[in-house]
Amino acid sequence: MKKKLVVVGNGMAPGRMLEHLFELSPDGFDVTVFNAEPRVNYNRLMLSPVLSGEKTYEDIITHDDAWYEQQGITLHKGSKISRIDRGAKTVTSDNGITASYDTLIVATGSNPFIIPLPGKDLEGVLTYRDLDDVEKMLCAARAGGRAVVIGGGLLGLEAAAGLRQQGMEVTVLHLMPSLMERQLDPAAGYLLEKAFADRGIDVITKANTHEIVGKDGQVAGVKLDNGTVIDAAIVVMAVGIRPGIDLAKESGLDVNRGILVGDDMQTSDPAIYALGECVEHRSQVYGLVAPLYEMAVTIAENLCGNKAAYTGSVTATKLKVTGIDLYSAGDFAEAEDRQEIVLRDATAGVYKRLVLKDDRIIGAVLYGETSDGPWFFDLLKKQTDISDMRETLIFGQAYQGGSPLDPMAAVAALPDDAEICGCNGVCKSKISNAIVGKNLNSLDDVRAHTKASASCGSCTGLVEQLLSLALGEAYNPAAVQPMCGCTELGHDDVRRLIVAKQLKTIPAVMQELEWKTSCGCAKCRPALNYYLVCDWPDEYADDYQSRFINERVHANIQKDGTYSVVPRMWGGVTSSKELRAIADTVDKFDIPMVKVTGGQRIDLLGIRKEDLPAVWGDLGKAGFVSGQAYAKGLRTVKTCVGTDWCRFGTQDSTGLGIRIEKFMWGSWTPAKVKMAVSGCPRNCSEATCKDVGIICVDSGFEIHFAGAAGLDIKGTEILGMVKTEDEALEHVVALVQMYREQGRYLERIYKWSRRIGYDEVRRQIMDDADKRKAYFERFVFSQKFAQVDPWSERVSGKDKHEFQPMATLSLEAAE
Amino acid sequence: MNALTENWVAIGAVSDIPRRGSRCVKNGDTTIAIFRTVDDHIYALEDKCPHKKGPLSQGIVHDGCVTCPLHNWVISLETGQAQGADEGGTLSFGVKLEGDSILLDIGGAR
Repeated sequence: MKKKLVVVGNGMAPGRMLEHLFELSPDGFDVTVFNAEPRVNYNRLMLSPVLSGEKTYEDIITHDDAWYEQQGITLHKGSKISRIDRGAKTVTSDNGITASYDTLIVATGSNPFIIPLPGKDLEGVLTYRDLDDVEKMLCAARAGGRAVVIGGGLLGLEAAAGLRQQGMEVTVLHLMPSLMERQLDPAAGYLLEKAFADRGIDVITKANTHEIVGKDGQVAGVKLDNGTVIDAAIVVMAVGIRPGIDLAKESGLDVNRGILVGDDMQTSDPAIYALGECVEHRSQVYGLVAPLYEMAVTIAENLCGNKAAYTGSVTATKLKVTGIDLYSAGDFAEAEDRQEIVLRDATAGVYKRLVLKDDRIIGAVLYGETSDGPWFFDLLKKQTDISDMRETLIFGQAYQGGSPLDPMAAVAALPDDAEICGCNGVCKSKISNAIVGKNLNSLDDVRAHTKASASCGSCTGLVEQLLSLALGEAYNPAAVQPMCGCTELGHDDVRRLIVAKQLKTIPAVMQELEWKTSCGCAKCRPALNYYLVCDWPDEYADDYQSRFINERVHANIQKDGTYSVVPRMWGGVTSSKELRAIADTVDKFDIPMVKVTGGQRIDLLGIRKEDLPAVWGDLGKAGFVSGQAYAKGLRTVKTCVGTDWCRFGTQDSTGLGIRIEKFMWGSWTPAKVKMAVSGCPRNCSEATCKDVGIICVDSGFEIHFAGAAGLDIKGTEILGMVKTEDEALEHVVALVQMYREQGRYLERIYKWSRRIGYDEVRRQIMDDADKRKAYFERFVFSQKFAQVDPWSERVSGKDKHEFQPMATLSLEAAE
Repeated sequence: MNALTENWVAIGAVSDIPRRGSRCVKNGDTTIAIFRTVDDHIYALEDKCPHKKGPLSQGIVHDGCVTCPLHNWVISLETGQAQGADEGGTLSFGVKLEGDSILLDIGGAR
């Protein structure tokens, strides 16, 4: 008979406990989890990157629904436990679910501390604790204005940086004289304050908040004790956390600041354990993840009868703000019996300080350059005697023993039990052994098997070096393929950072993302230009010189340097008037070849560049616009004759094709987009090998996507069925917009959707109406700036220089 | 033509060419591509990629190179030589500036 285990709370600590428990005893327990939040387990450490826009909620999920199902865990989301009946051994949630337990784990976490100020209950006073808080902040950021963050500790500063990146004005109020005073000494606090000022964030220290000023129940500002009033659209309180002990207290468990536990993690009731931030152990309460994970492992071991003990933790802190490197560990107050070693490099913005006592490190603060953090922390935890290397200690591990300044050598030199991943308590040998023993060859593999670098990710570099050491050449550290030789970043990172850092020009991208070349190359420039056009349709000024020649001159270059021109024929339908105009143009300019294309268009080949504007002028008079046959954009919508003529046609496929083409022409996409609409399943327009296709049937429209008929041949996937033309248009447009926002430059729809998963596309476009509508809206907005006929612009004189020689030298001058 | 014979001809102003762009000068049957880099250096190459004679003037200009629009060969603006694994070169011409005016040496292609 399985033992019944009930867990109250579903944060990171119980998540880790369950993982470990199922490793030890896959079938020993029947587990029920109650989560007050309406979602699965996610990585709370990564809330700051979600706030800053560098990650999404989906990126930070630790255990998805499938995981709970696989492990046979019953998860009650949105169910807060309101009562523990210790006599009957049951718990009851506020939405009426009762579960009985043999063993109970209380992991109620912590609550943000709200300073009891006048105005604390006003609308717009937020805390920073869970995803709901982040969503509220993001919502406020969209409205703009100023955010006042009360509290200059770890959380407050991460919130401030995130809100700033989301475009808000930000002021940080901090009661103490310097930022993060619990983790940093005043010098590092000063550097940090300066770094925040450089980002346009106001920091006011020694700021005592008097009250939060409101207007109509809404936050309007913050008043300080000295009378200063700062306007604010939102106020974020990040002054600390309090262990969540209410439930334990009401149930009669022994509590002090937190729920009291012994080294075995048991509370005063032997059937009940406590875990996480709600715990008080040996008078310590922890708010960082590493100790919580150690507690989690202890409980899992004890549940399986392996007498384990938790004896407390030394902790290290890292600030997770992109571009600011900060590491601190231990104790660094000054005292008589302590010495310090300090290294400053003002130009490089580096500050390092080690606090020593009896030739042992007891504290370390690193700012600007933190790669030696884990090494110092290791020396600190082991209380290693450093007298032999004292002279060069501050320069870091690479300087010791005359070893070369090579990061690989530094990692190689680490002892087997050196801690690599502080969050998850994973040491070097565990990682190295897993790589060899389990044939791991990627970062993701290591994360899956050891958890190293799977939480905050700041030790990713070290883990990669261990992979290189173990695998040598076989390990390709750039599992992410860089965009080109100008950067180490892959396309996805660049796209994410363009949005997160609000980069709106190519020089800004190259500067902020540290491009290695002065002005890029022929690979990255067109890609960046596309990403910027897509992400900032109204603000970005297209960089003409970063477009491939075809998009620059709106025609297709041929092998002999002449061009081909394809006028748009909506849905592949033309008329005698149009054909006559084409015939006249062909005669007038002596165009050598006229060819019908696979996309139901007419291609005029062999036109000299100088003639292009005149050719377009003549075609334009007949009503033609550019067919964009050269564009990474919407090319053609191929149609059949549908109900107009065909005895099998079920819908007006021609009309729908033309409607889609008129709606979507001019849009730029990561790679070309070809579509088709067929009027019946006989599929004469070959919609099932297109990027997007529609098959009309009696009952409506079957939407297809991700086909290919070029280098690769692939039938489409079915997106879903809709009933009306309007719906068909909305779904198709939303799908293309999703692709525009996520696709890598030159990646066709079939490759993009295979990469992210066909089901994911269906989920966002078919199942999530809000998402679909938002995609649709963004496409419509961007079309306002995209639907300009490039041919008529050039006929009117735009980019004239492009089509004329700069000079034609006479023969006399040449001799 | 004698490489030592110089024949400087004014072909236009620096501002006639877009930054990171190129324009052509026709000299009889020869087309010469004049390039302007991001930092306003001017270079002149015969408008013929050493690979398949693609018009280099139509390529993307980056740092000191241009990428041919036909098959992405990267050609040095200064020397006309193909970069990386590709081999070959196109003629390069002398260029000098007098004020904003560009002078092209059509006497001695190098």
